[in-house]
Amino acid sequence: MSKLKLIIHREFVAKVRNKSFIVMTFLSPLIMVGMITLVVFLMRKNDEKAKDIVYVDNSGLFEKTDFEDTESIKYTDFTALGIIETKKHVEEGSYYGVLYIPKKDSLEILASAVEFYSKDSPGLSLMNTLENKVETKLRNKKLTNLGIDLEQIKASKINTDIKMFNFSGEESSKLINGLKIGVGAIAGYLLMMFVMIYGTSVMRSVIEEKTSRIIEIIVSSVKPFQLMLGKIIGNASAGLLQFFIWGILLFVILSVVSAVFGVDVSEMQANSVSSEQLDAVKNASSGDKMQLIIQEILRLPILKLFVLFIFYFLGGFMLYSSLFAAVGAAVDNETDTQQFMLPIMLPLILGVYVGFATVMNAPHGAVAVLFSYIPFTSPIVMLMRVPFGVSWTELAISMALLLVTFVFMVWLAAKIYRVGILMYGKKATYKDLYKWLKY
Amino acid sequence: MHSKLQKSYACIVNFNRILKWKLLILKVINTFKICKFVFIRYSKEINQKLMKNLLEINNVVKKYGDFTALNDVTIHIPKGSVYGLLGPNGAGKTSLIRIINQITLPDAGSIILDGEKLAAHHIEQIGYLPEERGLYKSMKVGEQALYLAQLKGLSKAEAKKRLHYWFDKFDISAWWGKKIEALSKGMAQKVQFIVTVMHNPKLLIFDEPFSGFDPINAQLIANEILQLRDNGATIIFSTHRMESVEEMCDEIALINKSNKILDGKLEDIKRAFKTNTFQVGLKTANPKEVEDALKENFKVTPADFKLLHKGLALNVQLNENSSANDLLTFLTSRGEVQHFVELIPSANDIFIQAIHKNN
Repeated sequence: MSKLKLIIHREFVAKVRNKSFIVMTFLSPLIMVGMITLVVFLMRKNDEKAKDIVYVDNSGLFEKTDFEDTESIKYTDFTALGIIETKKHVEEGSYYGVLYIPKKDSLEILASAVEFYSKDSPGLSLMNTLENKVETKLRNKKLTNLGIDLEQIKASKINTDIKMFNFSGEESSKLINGLKIGVGAIAGYLLMMFVMIYGTSVMRSVIEEKTSRIIEIIVSSVKPFQLMLGKIIGNASAGLLQFFIWGILLFVILSVVSAVFGVDVSEMQANSVSSEQLDAVKNASSGDKMQLIIQEILRLPILKLFVLFIFYFLGGFMLYSSLFAAVGAAVDNETDTQQFMLPIMLPLILGVYVGFATVMNAPHGAVAVLFSYIPFTSPIVMLMRVPFGVSWTELAISMALLLVTFVFMVWLAAKIYRVGILMYGKKATYKDLYKWLKY
Repeated sequence: MHSKLQKSYACIVNFNRILKWKLLILKVINTFKICKFVFIRYSKEINQKLMKNLLEINNVVKKYGDFTALNDVTIHIPKGSVYGLLGPNGAGKTSLIRIINQITLPDAGSIILDGEKLAAHHIEQIGYLPEERGLYKSMKVGEQALYLAQLKGLSKAEAKKRLHYWFDKFDISAWWGKKIEALSKGMAQKVQFIVTVMHNPKLLIFDEPFSGFDPINAQLIANEILQLRDNGATIIFSTHRMESVEEMCDEIALINKSNKILDGKLEDIKRAFKTNTFQVGLKTANPKEVEDALKENFKVTPADFKLLHKGLALNVQLNENSSANDLLTFLTSRGEVQHFVELIPSANDIFIQAIHKNN
């Protein structure tokens, strides 16, 4: 037992002291926040400059009021100048482009005859705006021609908003549904990343021991199984440490953000936001939207999510990293690992895809439930489902299956590992691995 | 009435008697148990003291799939000896060493270490320097040595104490905080040697211990190994360098193609392999005549050593019924004997001969 502790300690220290670990742990959340800030900043910057657009309306259908300036587009009427002159003028001047509405016999022909000239290719959103503008105008024109009163159509418009409740009487909003998807997806994706990063780290550590030839000295002191287990647990602890640090950093950042937007965090945690409050917030200005989102995040079963994340992380990690360890033992260097990596990566990636494809639409559908039972995908898929509320029986089945499989896989991998670590200079095949199982 | 009383009295007496007997029997059994306990305890100690062999490998078989790596190998290694484990590449030496180290388990056969069946706790009594060896490259020398010592069951404080002793002895204390990757191969080998011996194991296994060392350091290590033997350790020594076998080994075993083909004291083996051949050098007036006379009684072949004076130089093999003295008498009667040496086979000769014969 104390030997296992020694190994865990060494592996943990070796991992944590690694420069890349330190950089990943402290820098990546900052980089993430920085990148998001940068993207938001750039998007704003990008939109800041309004585009000057001139229009030439030969059809005479449009009025001055149809071309109202917005934040991003400014319109100028150049109809008087004529299209040829305008084009020349715009090409030399500082205007962005020309919208040309020719005179046509019918609205149908006109609909596909409108042209837009610009110096560079315009963005999608600009084109959408212009197309919408022209389309609305032409539709209205046509409706008037057909003798339909525009006022009547306006009056007939109804905004529908279905409010969602669960049976415990809590109102849930569409926003929270989106949040659930988001939180589940992040948790599942994070888990996959962790398993991959730390799994390959276990594998690399096994290969290092093989290539540095220390392995024979170590296994003359401890059992290969102890060494493998120590390695896995050591790396898992390093992973958990990293996760905790990220969690704390996230909490700090969240606190800062909520302080900036004036949300009382302690009140949120009481989970007692009434629906009136929610409505009030919903109807408030857009600055308070952030507040609403934070409120909704805090309404999720955070503790349950957290505990389950730890469980599925450990379970999934143990399951996969024992396979990674076996692969590391079977090869002499990292380039040889590829043939064995695919079968390990496949279920992981499948888990993420199945999660994204099924859980979003039907979190309790047959496929989603099935994949949250299969131990190779359950850590990811189940984590994605958890925010939508999964019954304890389902959780228990999934967890039990994961535990049983993990014990079996560790046993199986240990057999390959035991033989593989002492085999040098031979590229193992699947046949070899099968043979080693029987030694 | 009376008889009834008597009867009941008799019954009580009877009962008493039975009780007494029972107590007596119990006493005897107890004494016997104590005796047995004492006997087992002391016999174990006596057994260990009397045991000539530290390690007994009995009828060990190891198979990898269809391939037999060790076929019914029996080797007994006496306490306090340097035991040479020899054999060509792929003969099964490493398999045997791994079995002794409990890295792999034998398919059949038993291994007795110091009177006990080999078990997990014996790991602490064995030190192993494998042929394929290395250390964690990015770990510091001191930390690494401490870690490996602790894996061998030493406490951290004890490990530190012993490490300092060895580091001072080899004059390498300055390396404590260096990473292994910063050391040369020879330097790393020294650390490796220390790590192997530092837990004072009863049994030390060295597989090619001198590879990577310059002659000076190789001699240092060789002396260190002999010192360890003198302090009571038993050493298994596997190498392809026959001159170091000659220099260090008390006994050897030769393994070829998974079988042990030869074992015993090095002197005994040499005696068994010697052909009673002598190199002789004779100062004489008429060598031709002497050579012909020799050929009548002995088997004579030309020799290629150099004599200081001109004369006869020959290899002479004795017959079954002649002795070295007969030859010497014959030679002294014919001239002046300058050179008379028995040809004793070297470990190298024995190795090559035995393997050829076996193949």
